[in-house]
Formats: sequence, C-alpha cells, structure tokens
Amino acid sequence: MPSLGADMESGTLVEWLVHEGDTVHRGDPMAVVDTDKSAIEVESFDEGVVESFLVEPGTRVAVGTPLASLAPAEAGLSTAAKARVPKPRVPVPLGAPPLRHHAAELGVDLTRVSGTGPHGEVTRADVDRAAAEPRAAARPETAPVRPAARGTQVSPYARRLAEDLGVDLARVNGTGRDGVVRAEDVRRAAEAAARPGPAQAEAREEAPAAEAAEVPASPERSARATIAALMSRAKREIPHYYVATTVDLSAATEWLRRTNRERTVGERLVPAAVLLKATALAARQHPELNGFWVGDGFVPGEDVHLGVAVSVRGGALVAPAIHHTADLDLGEVMAALRDLVERARAGRLRRAEMADPTLTVTDLGDQGVEEVIGVIYPPQVALLGVGRIVERPWAVDDMLGVRPTVRLTLSGDHRATDGATGARFLNTLESFLQHPEEL
Amino acid sequence: MSITDDEARAMVARAVRRIVPDAEVETLAPGADLRRTFELDSLDFLGFVELLVSDSGVRIDEDDYPELTTTAGCADLLVRRSA
Amino acid sequence: MTTATVGTVETTYREAMREAIREALREDDRVFLMGEDVGMYGGCFAVSLGLLEEFGPERVRDTPLSESGFVGAGIGAAIAGMRPIVEIMTVNFSLLALDQILNNAATLLHMSGGQVSVPLVIRMTTGAGRQLAAQHSHSFEGWYAHIPGIKVIAPATLEDARGMLWTALQDPDPVLLFEHGSLYNMSGPLAEDAGHVDIQRAVVRRPGRDLTLVSYGGSLSKTLDAAETLAADGVEAEVLDLRSLRPLDDETIMESVRRTHRAVVIDEGWRSGSLSAEVSARITEQCFFDLDSPVERVCSAEVPMPYAKHLEEAALPQPEAVVAAVRRVVG
Repeated sequence: MPSLGADMESGTLVEWLVHEGDTVHRGDPMAVVDTDKSAIEVESFDEGVVESFLVEPGTRVAVGTPLASLAPAEAGLSTAAKARVPKPRVPVPLGAPPLRHHAAELGVDLTRVSGTGPHGEVTRADVDRAAAEPRAAARPETAPVRPAARGTQVSPYARRLAEDLGVDLARVNGTGRDGVVRAEDVRRAAEAAARPGPAQAEAREEAPAAEAAEVPASPERSARATIAALMSRAKREIPHYYVATTVDLSAATEWLRRTNRERTVGERLVPAAVLLKATALAARQHPELNGFWVGDGFVPGEDVHLGVAVSVRGGALVAPAIHHTADLDLGEVMAALRDLVERARAGRLRRAEMADPTLTVTDLGDQGVEEVIGVIYPPQVALLGVGRIVERPWAVDDMLGVRPTVRLTLSGDHRATDGATGARFLNTLESFLQHPEEL
Repeated sequence: MSITDDEARAMVARAVRRIVPDAEVETLAPGADLRRTFELDSLDFLGFVELLVSDSGVRIDEDDYPELTTTAGCADLLVRRSA
Repeated sequence: MTTATVGTVETTYREAMREAIREALREDDRVFLMGEDVGMYGGCFAVSLGLLEEFGPERVRDTPLSESGFVGAGIGAAIAGMRPIVEIMTVNFSLLALDQILNNAATLLHMSGGQVSVPLVIRMTTGAGRQLAAQHSHSFEGWYAHIPGIKVIAPATLEDARGMLWTALQDPDPVLLFEHGSLYNMSGPLAEDAGHVDIQRAVVRRPGRDLTLVSYGGSLSKTLDAAETLAADGVEAEVLDLRSLRPLDDETIMESVRRTHRAVVIDEGWRSGSLSAEVSARITEQCFFDLDSPVERVCSAEVPMPYAKHLEEAALPQPEAVVAAVRRVVG
C-alpha cells in the first residue's frame, strides 16, 4: 500500500486491475485504492508476473502493507523465485500528523518516546505520559545577563582599543555624540596616562617620566620629545662599547629567493625576518646581552623578546617587542613583524609590546645606510644595528667574488658586558645566518 | 580579463596610497624610483605588491621586483601579465 | 620600461552603452535587442540609435506596449537558446512585468530542477531627477536585489557602461542592468580598447582613511562630490561603488570599513527596507567590533516623488545631506 498523500496512514484496496499470472511493467496500473479523499490507481513499480494477491478487495490496510507479490519476468511461475514486493517509495513518518502536533504542543520529543501501540507505534497515551514525566529543563538558553549599562556609551571599536592599550574606560572622556567614547578619545587617554617601565620594581623608581609616554604614536612633537629624553639618558648613563662585523649573506638571500618562489605574496619573507630570528637564537645563547640593567646589576630577561625599531610616519621611532621571538618559525616572525609595523604606524601598539623588549634590533637596513651604530634603549643592555644589504667584493677560496653582505654593529652596555662578549655574540649570529634553512 | 594601462596606473596609485596615505602619485616624475621617493622599506614594498596582486589578480614574483621601480614599470607589468 | 599610453576617446555613458550593445550584436549571433522604441526611434534615451540600420529588424526588434508580454517573450527566447537583451524603458514600467521577472526568469531554473536556464539580460533606466513625478521616478534596484535567482548590476562609470553588458550576457542566469537616467549624458575619456569588466566586485573609487561612503549608480557622483567637499575640511572619505547589488561584494565593503571604522550608505531608494538597510545590516554583522560609530544612511525622503523641481531635489539624496551625515558620524 503506497502513501498517496502526506497524511495518509492507511488505504482500502477497492479492486484489482490485473489477474494472477499477468505480466506487468513499470507504470502499469495494478489496483484501485481508496484513500478517504479519493480513489486512486496504483501503478506497478516493478517488472514481473503477478504471483499472488495478498490483500482482498474491500480490506483496509496500513501504508506499507504488501498487497501482492510479483515474480521476476524470466522466472515465469517458478515458486522458487522470491516474491518481489513493490516497496513503498515514501518513508513512513514517525507518528501521524495529529500525533506529531499533539507532541509538539506538549513539548515532547517523539524520537525519545517509547511506543506501546502495535508494532511499537507511539500512541497519544504514550505522548501524554512522556509529557507528564518531569523533564530535564529544555529551556532555550537565556542570553547572559549584561552588566547594567553604565552612563557612558563606548563604541565597539573604542572598547576593543581600550583593551588593547590597557586604558581604563571609566577614566575616558567621550567626545562623540551624546558623550559617546570613541577611538580617538581612547587614544588620547592612552597617550596622557603615565606608563610604568619594565616589570622590575627597582626600575620603576629610576624610570624617568619621559620614558612613560612611549606607547601609541603621539603627536609629532611629544614623540620627538620622548625620544630626545630617552636618548639623552642613554648617552648620559650608559657607557657604550661597539663591536662590528660584516657578514656574508649569500646563503640567506639565496635561500630566501628559493623559498619565496614557492610562497604566495602574503607569505613571502623579507631578509629582516631572517635577521630577527637569527638574532633571537643568538641572544638565547648569550643571555648576558638579553636583559636589563637595574640599579647596580644585570637582570636577565625571562625570554628573548626582540624589540624592533619601527619608524612611524611623522618622524617618530618606536621599538615594540615581538614576544618569544626565538620560539617562532620564520613565517610567524614575518607575520608578527608585519603586524607590529602596521599597528605601530596606526598607533595601536599594546602596553606589553612597549614594555617588554629585552634586546632591540634597529633599522632593518632597507633604505638606510651601510652601518648603524645605535644608542641602546635603557634599561636594555644591548642594541644590534643592521645596515643595508650591499654587494661587496669578497674573498672566497683565494678568489675574489662579489657577495651580498650586511654590516652588523652591536652596541653594548659596558657595565653589563665587554667587547669579548659582544664579539662572541656576533660570531654566533653570523653562524646562524649561514644556515637559514635551520632558522 | 585584461587590464588597460589606465586601470593599471590607477591600481598602482591606489596601492601606493594605501601604504602611504598622502602620497602624491600623480605628480611623480616618470622615471622616479617608487621605493626611494616614498621611502618604502621592504615590508612596505611587500604590502604594496600584495595590494597590486589582490587588486589586479595578476601574479607577481620576487624576480619581477626589479621591474617595479617606477609607476610605469608597475603598470606595464600588470598590463602584460593580465593579457 | 615605458609603454605607449593607450589612446582614449571622449565619449558619453550613452555612447558607451551603445557600443557595448553593438559589440554584443556583432560578436554573438544569439544576441538581439528588444524593447519599446528601441528600433525605429533609436531608443527612448537614444541608446540604440542607429542600431536598427546597422543590424536589421531581426536583431533590433520593436515590441508592442506590453511589458509582461515582451519580457515573457524574451524569457522564452532565452530558454530556447538565444541571448536577448530586453530593454524595459524604465524600471517604473517593469512592475508590469514583475511576475515574469520574479516568477519566471528568476525561478524557472529552480522549479525545473536545473533543466531550464534563462540567460537573459534586462536593461532598465532608473531613478529620479528629471521631474517625471511620482509614477515615473522610482529606484527599485534594491527591490530587485532582494530576489534570489537573478543578478543585479548598476554601472555608474563609462568603463562599466562599456564593459558590463558582455559579461552579463555570458551569465547563464538573468541579469538586470540598471542605468540611472542622469548618467546618460555623463562624458569623459574612455580607453579605446576598453573591454569587458567583471560584474561582481565593488570598487574603491576614491581611497580615504576616515570613513567609508558606500554608494552605487546615480548616487555615486553625488557621493564623490560630497567627498571632495569633505576633503577640503580635512576629512578623507573613501568612496566605494557597489557595482554589483546582488550579490553584494561583502569582502570589499568590509575590508574598507575595517580600515576606516565608520560608514555611511547612500541610496536613492526609500530608506525603509532599502538596499542601504541590507548593506548596513551586513556591516553590523561583520564589522561590529571595528565600528567607531553607528552606520548611517542617506536615502530619498519617504514620499512619492514630487513633480516640482525644488521639491524633487529636496526629496532626493544630495551631496549636502551626505556631508551632514558624515559630520554626524565623524564628529
């Protein structure tokens, strides 16, 4: 008995249109069925010979009940051939619609109700019983209650910025419509707030107020004033020594050329990424250069967080940190570098980035000069100056060639280390640069 | 879809301005070196190339960089590669 | 290293569209133009002037005054394998063919289980500003952009007028191409070899960093004017031309808003339930945490379009209203 309507549960066989022994083809009408709505001809779904009728005309049967058996055409009337019963093509729904509606009204999940009706059918009584049982609360989750709205409104972007910059929104004056706090209000508050130096408690007393304003790109003049104060202090307090070396970068540039061919534009590496990673690894091996001069002694950094000097348009220079540089692979260093530079130029650096550099690398050498002899950023104890990559004549195997080279200059705080340490550091750095594939 | 020279130049100008917001690309002398004039370091330049690639759909390899010194050079490359 | 600059010609939007139709008729035998007055009269807006003489009455067909009838015929032709360009004189009259467009063109592919596709292009003039009063000044691009099964595009520049039609004709599904009435006389230089353009990307027409102005079609030039005015005051507005109204190029829109953190949408439709509402909703969905200010909209006043010139101007989005909205947003 096929399902001839969406809500049909059973039908009455009215009459057979074929006889036992007839051959039927797909689509041939075989019987007339009454569905309570109308009488409909039922066609054969298969090819075969009518073997026997299983239901007498006038009988009402449920949808899915076999009505007749067909033998495959070739087998003729062989009884050995299995009867092939036309299967109903439509899957029988779980419970009749009135039952489903009733269950829905009571909030009962029919798939979980055990049926006591014939063939395990779910009956109305089953649904009622399931509804009466105490249910696990199936209430829709209420949205988390928001804290009562404060008087001040803050734009979504400003809120995010405040979190990034560590600004307390309660202290920010909103200049938007109706006093809404907007991004520029947060930035202004970030510049105005005094910032502590690195975590060391002793350093706090010593840190001059000028150092505090390092955070986001401030208006030109105050940025320059900040740098001026910092550099003066550095030159005043830190006895600098300098050691320098020229490094053959052909291995690195060749390796970069090869790897960049395989990379999409967005993944390409610049030499600066290689330099930073190599420097970070070298710094790990020379921890006496990676840390802070605090009070009368050296405090090593907890890890290598390389500061990267970024020139911000407008003349300012900031040197935020890439955290745990030595643990990042080159792709990650590159991504971190790009992200840092973009945010530095947009004035969206985070407080931790400004406070945490343990060793700074200055000038990524692109547009600059051949040699950079830099000023250390206190309270750090060293600074690596990187010049431009320049083709220089180079002696290799008793022959004269030309190689891409770079001049690296380490400025060291003579209170913390001496030239020998600096020189060893540069040698380590140089060996890392000769094996870019291992970075 | 091939790019016309005007479209290519517009893309180059747009890309430069995205890196250097107040750049006056139109008044640039024809042979002027882009990187030097606008002080594009290697990261800036990479961003510039990325913008050209995503705007034009054209492929640009590191080996092409020498051609990208002037605006004309950039536009030429885009037109050629998109044909 | 230098290359010869490609020649440009001084042309108009109308001529560019005519050239696009001419190219299509020339290059593809299946293409033909049909619509009221497109042949003998040369088109109500003179877009098809001269085409009947050039291509003959089989390729440029004047239809009776019955939108439902001839759009249906166009649909039938498309189903049968032709590539008709059906011109409905204005979007105002398209309402008479809405059932054809929505229930047939847009839906036959689905209802036939993929068996019947309708590669039809319908061109319509749209918009107000010429004192044609309430019944003849509608902007229904937004309504049509609501319908699944079709694409909706709005060329606002000479390049797009020249280049979008061919791409639309290649599309196996119906494409509605809206030409704002105020654009036909727009003139300027166009590359001699200006070719086909895509019909799915939004394009930044003017880069800026302080906020994003999203617009399309007839409102684009007003938006650009507003951006000029704002630039003089130090506000750098980025102007985005949607070009494709369905589907919307979310990627380009959001990339811009994420950078500028503020947006204003300019749309000649009536505000309620307009395309600008859709754009605004999407910006909120995708860029909420990047927004520094609510997204504003500048739309037509919700009145039947007045006939008197000064009232019509007051009802339509104007550069002054855009500037005012921007000032509210930027503060």
